[in-house]
Amino acid sequence: MKKTEQNRDRVFTRRAAILGLAQSGLIGVLAGRLYYLQIIEADRYATLAEENRINIRLLPPARGRILDRFGTPMALNRQTYKVILIPEQTTDAAATFAALSQLITVGEGDRRRIIREIGRRRAFMPVTVRDDLNWDEVASIELNSPELPGIIIDAGQSRLYPQGALAAHVLGYVSAVSESEQTGDLLLELPDFRVGKNGIERRHDKLMRGKAGTSEVEVNALGRVVRELRRHEGGSGSDVVLTLDMDLQQFAMGKLPEEGAAAVVVSVHSGEVLAMASTPSFDPNKFSRGIAPNEWRELISDARTPLLNKAIHGQYAPGSTFKIIVALAALEAGLQPNFTTSCHGYTEIGENRFHCWKHGGHGEVNLHGAMAGSCDVFFYELGLKVGVDRIAAMARKMGLGSTLGIDLPGEAAGFIPTREWKRTVLKQPWWQGDTLITSIGQGAVLSTPLQLAIMAARVANGGKAVMPRLTRELRDGSITTSGDAEILPSSLGISPESLAIVAEAMSGVVNEPGATAYGSRIPIPGFAMAGKTGTSQVRRITVSERETGIKANEDLPWAQRDHALFVAFAPVERPQYACAVVVEHGGSGAKVAAPIARDILLEVQKKDPLQNPANPVATGGSNA
Amino acid sequence: MPSSRLYGLRDGDMSFADKLSNISWPLVVLLTAIAAVGFAMLYSAGSGNAEPWAMRHVVRFSVTLIIMLSLALIDLRFWFHQAYTIYAVVLVLLAAVDLIGMIGMGAQRWLDFGVFIIQPSELMKLAAILALARYFHTLPLEELCNRPLSLAVPLVLVLVPVALVVKQPDLGTAIMILFGSAAMMFLAGVRWWKFAAVMVAGLGALPLAWQFLHDYQKDRVLTFLDPERDPLGRGYHILQSKIALGAGGVFGKGFLQGSQSHLNFLPEKQTDFVFTMLGEEMGLIGGLGLIFLYVLVIGYGYSIALRCRHHFGRLLALGVSTTFFLYMFVNMAMVTGLIPVVGVPLPLVSYGGTAMLTVMLGFGLVLSVGIHKDIYIGRRGDAGNW
Repeated sequence: MKKTEQNRDRVFTRRAAILGLAQSGLIGVLAGRLYYLQIIEADRYATLAEENRINIRLLPPARGRILDRFGTPMALNRQTYKVILIPEQTTDAAATFAALSQLITVGEGDRRRIIREIGRRRAFMPVTVRDDLNWDEVASIELNSPELPGIIIDAGQSRLYPQGALAAHVLGYVSAVSESEQTGDLLLELPDFRVGKNGIERRHDKLMRGKAGTSEVEVNALGRVVRELRRHEGGSGSDVVLTLDMDLQQFAMGKLPEEGAAAVVVSVHSGEVLAMASTPSFDPNKFSRGIAPNEWRELISDARTPLLNKAIHGQYAPGSTFKIIVALAALEAGLQPNFTTSCHGYTEIGENRFHCWKHGGHGEVNLHGAMAGSCDVFFYELGLKVGVDRIAAMARKMGLGSTLGIDLPGEAAGFIPTREWKRTVLKQPWWQGDTLITSIGQGAVLSTPLQLAIMAARVANGGKAVMPRLTRELRDGSITTSGDAEILPSSLGISPESLAIVAEAMSGVVNEPGATAYGSRIPIPGFAMAGKTGTSQVRRITVSERETGIKANEDLPWAQRDHALFVAFAPVERPQYACAVVVEHGGSGAKVAAPIARDILLEVQKKDPLQNPANPVATGGSNA
Repeated sequence: MPSSRLYGLRDGDMSFADKLSNISWPLVVLLTAIAAVGFAMLYSAGSGNAEPWAMRHVVRFSVTLIIMLSLALIDLRFWFHQAYTIYAVVLVLLAAVDLIGMIGMGAQRWLDFGVFIIQPSELMKLAAILALARYFHTLPLEELCNRPLSLAVPLVLVLVPVALVVKQPDLGTAIMILFGSAAMMFLAGVRWWKFAAVMVAGLGALPLAWQFLHDYQKDRVLTFLDPERDPLGRGYHILQSKIALGAGGVFGKGFLQGSQSHLNFLPEKQTDFVFTMLGEEMGLIGGLGLIFLYVLVIGYGYSIALRCRHHFGRLLALGVSTTFFLYMFVNMAMVTGLIPVVGVPLPLVSYGGTAMLTVMLGFGLVLSVGIHKDIYIGRRGDAGNW
């Protein structure tokens, strides 16, 4: 018994010692672990703790404004309130969103977008639920904020175009960054960040975006901001000052019919675009807010193409306005100004008859008379004498057939046919008939209203290679840089005599009784304009139609009617302004386009924006 | 009887004053010191407020301190006699949890008695120690060594409650009962090779056991093996805990200054991860200081056990000390990323009533062993008139 007890005691004591040793060993391991974590790895973990604690948030910069030449704001930023959802701050984003939907109305399309974005974006990137909250909605969300984790009211900025549709094609619009535009730049992932999608907004997008600021905030584990530690203010984007005169732009828009038309006014010496109007237009404000799908469908399905800037995208056969080019080419090729020919109403080439617009013909005409009466037969003759290649070369000199490098995306080049082109592209020989058609600006010839305005300007300024300019200045804070490099236009190498004869003839078109545009003359001394009408055919007039009588334009369906064109400059003495007007399917250039050009040129001369002290713009913040 | 005289063991009742003076007061002071550290940390966890945790911690400690001292004064032979009864009652409660228990935090661990809620699995830690201590007290060493069947009883005593606890599921507590009981058997003199055999069998059964683990338990093990596996999910706790400890450095960020804790990167900072918070705010010095206090407490447990002259008391004292050690070690190893996350609180520091009650009841028994170290307890507890 005793022995057993003693034996058990001994075993117990020994084993207790072993157990104690084992426990000491384990405590040693713990101490070693603490030493490793708190001394050896201390620096690494201290850094990680700081990274945990500090969160860097982007402060979206204010987008630069767009101003007209006198400083009238055309695009600016407006304070708005929106509600955003930060998925990582709520345990169940869908449930939180459902609770929020009880307080404010959220459209079905938005609902789908939000659910998609919650799934797609990184959890810490906020998702915009709705923009443009009114005060009642802001108040009701703030009131219920305890039940809405991760829901935040954010004061933001939204793009505002005070003039609405008046300059929409020049300004373009901004809208949300599309997935294909994401570059990994976090700024682009901010929910209400907008980028320019068209017009000036797109062309100068990078400059107007500005530089994002950052805010270093201390956050807790839920991402809620505890306090701000540091703040680096970003820079707002550059303001863009345009050459446009907003008043003139508005005037021009008011003159154009809604069915589809374009007008461009440029300074003949500097190429500054003072007005660029295109109808029908659209309200760019709708895009900044996010355009509704049905409104978008309506815009893109409209046959009158309201989204298209017809002044630079619209390509039209220049019609008789092209006779300016043919006349110049002929004079430069040695044509005597007093050369006359006889017009009987048509010219025959082989078995084909090429008609003059005037049934019965103009009789004996010289260049001046042929321009004033827009005699087709005279210019058929001229075309055959000069040849299409010289005409094409002159057209290119005068700004047709290639883009002019205006500060807008997607400028169309127009088209000037040549023998080379027909042989290599169409694989056909060039017929004399082609030359005839080309001589009256029909057939393959295409031009934009901007090109036509530049053509008129180059006639008016004595043959200087003026280029169109739309951006006057870029203002980044106090630094102002001139937008387009202001190069003194070089000479086109056309003799002043030829230009003077053509300019004289253009004056005759408007100011001589019986000439095509006499009805649209400006009878005020010193304000008179010179111009050239054009009516470009959209359809081919058949032989049978000639015999039975050509249908009056008014009797045709709208889409088959002729385009009405007019190019002009004013004043006749010492010209300052050039203008081109195209009215789609408007009918006669003289009846429809010329009066519009007259009104615009009278208005611009009265106001004379080039002489007024240019843009005494108040320098200030970018926010209105 | 003569044998008791022979060994100079007492069998009579001790006076109240005798008992009071024989309480190991330094141990009481140490336990109070650890609870005070707990108070400070919970005060910090409440961002410098006594509410909601620190004050209640003090109240709970005060109440359990009185219970502990009361237990200490009860004659140890009472516990010896009632050991199996207590075990049986706790086992019934544990089974009852399975049938009618409350479900909380994904597990069914609590019993609601209206006035108070108890967690029978916690009580089972002590009940199993009591029952094993009595069993090995009555079993001669020769029988233990020569009759393999003599191990069947303690194995059943342990494995039945462990199975019930695993089923709850509460892996942490099950492991602690298992390890505590294994320590008891080791101290009682079970042969080395038997432990080795069980370990080999256990390793062999591991793949099988894996099948029975809950998904969240598998997740915890996988996350332990590779914390970067899911840094924002399961690995988050371990990672943030390590960051907090590391950021604390040698001297810590200062009381109330822990950014990880106060900005809520640290999960459960008032319960399982309270040691992390201590490490962040008090640094290595604070952490080692607390470990030192625990070591002293365990040391007192050993000292009482080794001075006790009966097997029941010795086993009981070391069983409780070992359980206390396991609480501390498993918790600290967990928050420092040494072992997978198992929900074990830091004794006397973490906020929570049941664990504190278990620890204090346990040390009540240890103190009782200290007071009654010289008392005679026969093979069948045939001393006294219980």
